[in-house]
Amino acid sequence: MIRVYTSSVIEASADAVWALVRDFNGLPKWHPSIAESRIEGNWPADRVGCIRNFRLQDGGVIREQLLSLSDYDLQCTYSILESAMGVENYVATLKLTPVTDGGRTFAEWSAEFEAPPARERKLAEDIGQGVFQAGFDALKGYFGRR
Amino acid sequence: MLKVTRSAVIDAPVEQVWAVLRDFNSHDAWHPAVAKSHIENGEAADQVGCVRNFELRDGAKVREQLLALSDQDFISTYCILDATVPLRRYVATVTLKRVTDGNRTFWHWQSTFETPPGREREFMDMVGRGVYEAGFEGLRRYLRQGPRAAIAPRPTAGEMSGQAVILKAFGGVDQLAYENVAVPAPGPGEVRIRQHAVGVNFIDIYVRRGDYRMVTPPAPIGMEAAGTVIDVGPNVHRFLPGDAVAYAYGVPGAYATLRTLPAEQVVPVPAGMEPETAAAVLFKGMTAEYLLHRVHQLRAGETILVHAAAGGVGLLLCQWARHIGATVIGTVSSEEKARIAREHGCDRPLVTRDYRFTEEVKALTGGRGVDVVFDGIGHAAAAENYEALAVTGHWVSYGQATGAVPAIDPARQAAKSLRISRPVLFHYTGDVRRLNEMAKHVFEMVERGILRVATRHRMPLNAAAGAHRAMEERQTIGAVVLAA
Repeated sequence: MIRVYTSSVIEASADAVWALVRDFNGLPKWHPSIAESRIEGNWPADRVGCIRNFRLQDGGVIREQLLSLSDYDLQCTYSILESAMGVENYVATLKLTPVTDGGRTFAEWSAEFEAPPARERKLAEDIGQGVFQAGFDALKGYFGRR
Repeated sequence: MLKVTRSAVIDAPVEQVWAVLRDFNSHDAWHPAVAKSHIENGEAADQVGCVRNFELRDGAKVREQLLALSDQDFISTYCILDATVPLRRYVATVTLKRVTDGNRTFWHWQSTFETPPGREREFMDMVGRGVYEAGFEGLRRYLRQGPRAAIAPRPTAGEMSGQAVILKAFGGVDQLAYENVAVPAPGPGEVRIRQHAVGVNFIDIYVRRGDYRMVTPPAPIGMEAAGTVIDVGPNVHRFLPGDAVAYAYGVPGAYATLRTLPAEQVVPVPAGMEPETAAAVLFKGMTAEYLLHRVHQLRAGETILVHAAAGGVGLLLCQWARHIGATVIGTVSSEEKARIAREHGCDRPLVTRDYRFTEEVKALTGGRGVDVVFDGIGHAAAAENYEALAVTGHWVSYGQATGAVPAIDPARQAAKSLRISRPVLFHYTGDVRRLNEMAKHVFEMVERGILRVATRHRMPLNAAAGAHRAMEERQTIGAVVLAA
């Protein structure tokens, strides 16, 4: 089991950041790697169990399922159903916590998964930096522009 | 109950911030509200249970006690014992998290408390702003100046000399020698124990014979003991000198008067429980616990067969299984053992000296067989175990007093869809949380009187050879304990 943990600070209130990221179908609005997203079977994007099917900028397709969503804890969990990344048992959590000092947001994005030992390090780097940190950088830009 | 939460981001790595905050006596160096701080009774400032006295700049006085400290998760929890301000039931937790983006620290500070009616707002403001927000600023200033040295490690005595039973070479009981040994001071994460009682287990005999290659002779043996803490190494916060403790640890070396071992593998013994009881019941009780609750989840109405039902583990299995509501059939080697097994909840003890029991088991179960066999006998009972089990039965092989179980034959399993488990306790207790859960469960069952632990065989530590011989000759009933 590999664990990847990335955390950052976003210069916006946790409520504002959560309003954007709680939309399980909303990645194309802010994440630079995601080109298109849709929710399968016309489910609402905040119903636990719904599946998002998205296309990456590089053409790859990923299907992920929403496992939990808490507007109280500002936290959601999801798993990968299908992807070309070669990971097994992938479960990720995105969690926000208000920083009362300065009205900012502490954001944590973590994942646990299994992969062949030879690819562990590369995958951990790709996911931690390429997906999570790139997402945080995009959020910083998104809220910095306003 | 009121709740106050404040959080901040500090421009320093989490290790640097934690080095200051984990010191329960550091606040007079960085917190602007604290004029003086000292720890009572000369205890270390990172010892859970220590009490600090604050004198605040406004003249108020506060006594607070450290309730929890985790260097792994960067969490510290404390409460107010008494104070000249009316904060009641005040419990606070400091949590640090790493901000990987920029190598900074997220600091979360939260408390719950009560105040006199009408003064809620006043005190929420005092705690939130006067204590937490002022603390954030104070720490930032302090870190810019360069912090002072971390807490000095607790003093510990050096090496101590004790006695231990050493296995000179694999073989018979004549290979056990009683020798003087040097016991090192506890290193980081370790604890040194003065042992009062040592539990003897069949695994010790397997180790002595070389059946289980867990040591390379010459080496100390033994897996279980109870005693009191002499001293603890750095980063040990769960124990203090004088605490009553016990362990069942996967690295042999328990046949000794003193021992140093990882604190994580040590569990607290409930107040009032004799060391002899703890040493008699911890290993065997956790064995019964995981066999009945984890390896097999025993349910009321199931019928089980317990081999060596009057042995150390056997008597505990009988009592516990009966408490769950199972019907217990047992095998024993004498009428006296049958009587004792019956007294401990075995419904039908079968006296057999040649490990033949199938016919009687079938007769007692209307030809059906038993749902589970708990088998510490191994080789001698293997063939009959297949026969004695019901369809979809479970053979739990947890020991091998008569030698290793012969190769499992899947065809014989298939004949009844049998399940076979070969569990090892230390795989379960390797997880610290689970170890403590299991030990607590066992001690609770003893305190509730559901597990009766009558030690009939106690001998001095230097008579370990005699203890082994008696167990191998099937002369013992219940637990065997050595007095260290």
